[in-house]
Amino acid sequence: MSSPAVAPIRLVSIGKRYSGTKALDNVSVEVAGATVHALVGANGAGKSTLGKIVGGVIRPDEGQLYIDGRPVRYSSPREARVDGIVTITQELSPMPNLSVIENVFFGIEPRRAGVIQRRQMHRQYDELVSRWGFELNGNAKVGGLRTADKQKVEILRAVACDARVIVMDEPTSSLTSVETKTLHQMIAALRENGTTIVYVSHFLDEVIELADTVSVLRSGHLVRTAPVAEETEDSLVGGMFGAAQEAEHFEKPQGSTAPVILDVSGLNRKGVLRDISLQIRAGEIVGLAGLVGSGRSELARAISGADPIDSGTIAVDGTARAIRSPADAMAAGMAFVPESRKDDGLFLELSLAANTTFADLRSVASRLGILRRALERTKTSSLLKLLSVEPPVPSAKTANLSGGNQQKLLFARWLLRNPRVLILDEPTRGVDVAARAAIHRLINNLAAEGTAVLMISSEIEEVLGLAHRVLVMRRGSITREFGADPQLDSVMEAAFGLGGRPIA
Amino acid sequence: MTAQPSGPLAGDPVPAGDPVSQDGIAVPRGRPPRRIKAEHIRDYGIVVFAVVLFIYFSIASSVFLTSQNLLNLVFQNATLGIAACAVTFTIIAGNFDLSLGAIFVLSEVLGAWAAVHWGVWWAFPVAILSGLAMGLINGLLVTKLRVNAFLATLASALTFGGIAVGVTGGGLLITPTSKVFTFLGQNKAGAIQYPVIIFAVVAIVLQLVLSYTVFGRHLYGVGDNRSAARLSGLKVDRIVILTFVITGAACGLSGLLDSSITGSGSSTTTGLGGTLALLAIAGVALGGTSIFGGVGSVWRTVLGVLILAMITNGFDLLAVPDYWQNVVRGILIVIAVAISSVVDRR
Repeated sequence: MSSPAVAPIRLVSIGKRYSGTKALDNVSVEVAGATVHALVGANGAGKSTLGKIVGGVIRPDEGQLYIDGRPVRYSSPREARVDGIVTITQELSPMPNLSVIENVFFGIEPRRAGVIQRRQMHRQYDELVSRWGFELNGNAKVGGLRTADKQKVEILRAVACDARVIVMDEPTSSLTSVETKTLHQMIAALRENGTTIVYVSHFLDEVIELADTVSVLRSGHLVRTAPVAEETEDSLVGGMFGAAQEAEHFEKPQGSTAPVILDVSGLNRKGVLRDISLQIRAGEIVGLAGLVGSGRSELARAISGADPIDSGTIAVDGTARAIRSPADAMAAGMAFVPESRKDDGLFLELSLAANTTFADLRSVASRLGILRRALERTKTSSLLKLLSVEPPVPSAKTANLSGGNQQKLLFARWLLRNPRVLILDEPTRGVDVAARAAIHRLINNLAAEGTAVLMISSEIEEVLGLAHRVLVMRRGSITREFGADPQLDSVMEAAFGLGGRPIA
Repeated sequence: MTAQPSGPLAGDPVPAGDPVSQDGIAVPRGRPPRRIKAEHIRDYGIVVFAVVLFIYFSIASSVFLTSQNLLNLVFQNATLGIAACAVTFTIIAGNFDLSLGAIFVLSEVLGAWAAVHWGVWWAFPVAILSGLAMGLINGLLVTKLRVNAFLATLASALTFGGIAVGVTGGGLLITPTSKVFTFLGQNKAGAIQYPVIIFAVVAIVLQLVLSYTVFGRHLYGVGDNRSAARLSGLKVDRIVILTFVITGAACGLSGLLDSSITGSGSSTTTGLGGTLALLAIAGVALGGTSIFGGVGSVWRTVLGVLILAMITNGFDLLAVPDYWQNVVRGILIVIAVAISSVVDRR
């Protein structure tokens, strides 16, 4: 196997938009060959997007990518692979029904007249494994492997085709600390061998330990690129969050004595949630901060009946409720706006009216279940106007709306039910600035009217701007609680568990 | 008949040229006018095609445009049409049913058997209820045992068909020549055969249910986004089961009518029993109901079935060889489905 040539990467003025919002804006980064270059940033800062542009997974709208000083324009990961660039992500999982060997050599099988030379393939596999010091049964079915081993398969696949650049997107988020250590050793060995690694991660301790250079991104902009030797975890956090953003700040009531509306105690879900207890009073907005994978969304889904729980109690208005389905949670007065409006929220092929009334069709139907469509139109129309959904046309098709308007539409569905408890998972993800402000005002007004609100957001400014109390989750538990207006730094440190995660 | 549009729901696009709905962001420059046109072809092309076909046959054949011929055309497709309208529910809710023909045959046989052994009036409840029960079995397989609908109904079709042959001892099951048994199949109200009337009533009722009831709305929701439907508090399994039950009962009714028309319960699959499922689904797809769920209407299915029927009838009148009918039908279905998926790919 020939030693792969060192490949420097240059990104110049890269820009990328998603339905109106800028994911990346004028970002320029140089990655030296045979180094580990980390991309860090808060959720939504654009670090994954940048990694995916290098790997050909995403095409930039603006700017130019250079490999070896040569301008390139990839429209698929396949094209990038031809240049020796391989992307390893959580989502790009291997083919579960094929064996490890079949996966590693998929598409590059040694063959003679179209017939796969199995024996040669096995020999090559043994060479690869011994060279990289892996222990992995080549005949095992990939579907049955643990996540760490699946990642080994992806990495072997990358080295088997002589990858010169490997883009790793959050490679350790589902690994144990031992597995993480193994991965780091592999990365070090790859770098020794001349491979360039682009490492996207939100684990700052790993970045400090592993990377040569780090680029910090914030809201789609490059903050700085610097040698890791000049950075600390604190300096990185500072760069990632900067001065508090212009997110609107709302007045927060002090020391509420309003009755407790939502009372969750001892909630457990194996491997996901550990002994979660929380209370939310009438009119209170409780913000839930934490990293992706900390269990925030899982908690929201468990309370709202979307996912089952193993133990624990949920009470609304002082009455314990057995919540086994979303219908149970709704009957208890809860409303849940899920994280992904496309996957779990909206009916894109249906009209705005159908989407608005879907969770409360009885309110626009006769007792026999006959829809009163005129009533449905007027109710929808007034809600759409109230939430300034554009266009406020009940018969318009939902798929044609912009992200912000789709999100408002989802709110309309739940407002129709006048919920006691409103659970919001990323209520402003992928919406434009105006819609975001409108949604913030709406949440604040609902709370002022006495609704208990539990809000999850990856944008810490949003949580700080709205929440009366902030709970921080880490690895399935609530680890810290803050009152109104805590210091951004302290919340971030709690979320990152700074000084926490041991590598060894 | 039943050209009852489904209002603001699926299948009906945003009003033509509505500039607000194309809010500039998602749609690249220069495309909006063309895209709206493409959506119209997808949504209403089939209506235009049906009209053109109708006019063509009316001109080409002197017999086609006579009330006698047109009534016969609908009469011959009434049993197929009833099953197709009902399976539209299952498909809109995002599922599939290959057992229509088998349910049809077994219901017919059981109804006829009951007429012979228990008295002629028993034929009616037994045929329809046994169809309903078979639909319930399909629904339970798909929801509770989580068997893929395609395989579940393929397997149940084999089983139901086998039982039908067993009940008849392998042949025909002739009923006593009771006027009651053949009343619905062999009589007319004025000039119109009863099966035609029943088909019309079934189609209209199902379309109204789809457009104007909570249940109908739920079907679209489950088919469009199952997860969102569940999170909106729906008991999704119950709705899916119900679609299979309705389809089963409708196939039972179809079987009853067929045995009433022929005066016998037959377990052979050489007739409609063998082709019902595929013809019905062909009609559904041709009409423009999405095979992936969430989009469609019963009136579209009626249109699809009638187009297939017109091709048979018109080609017969014009003495075009038989095999051309299926060639043309197949090509039509491919064109119809391809247009909609090309447009949807944007």
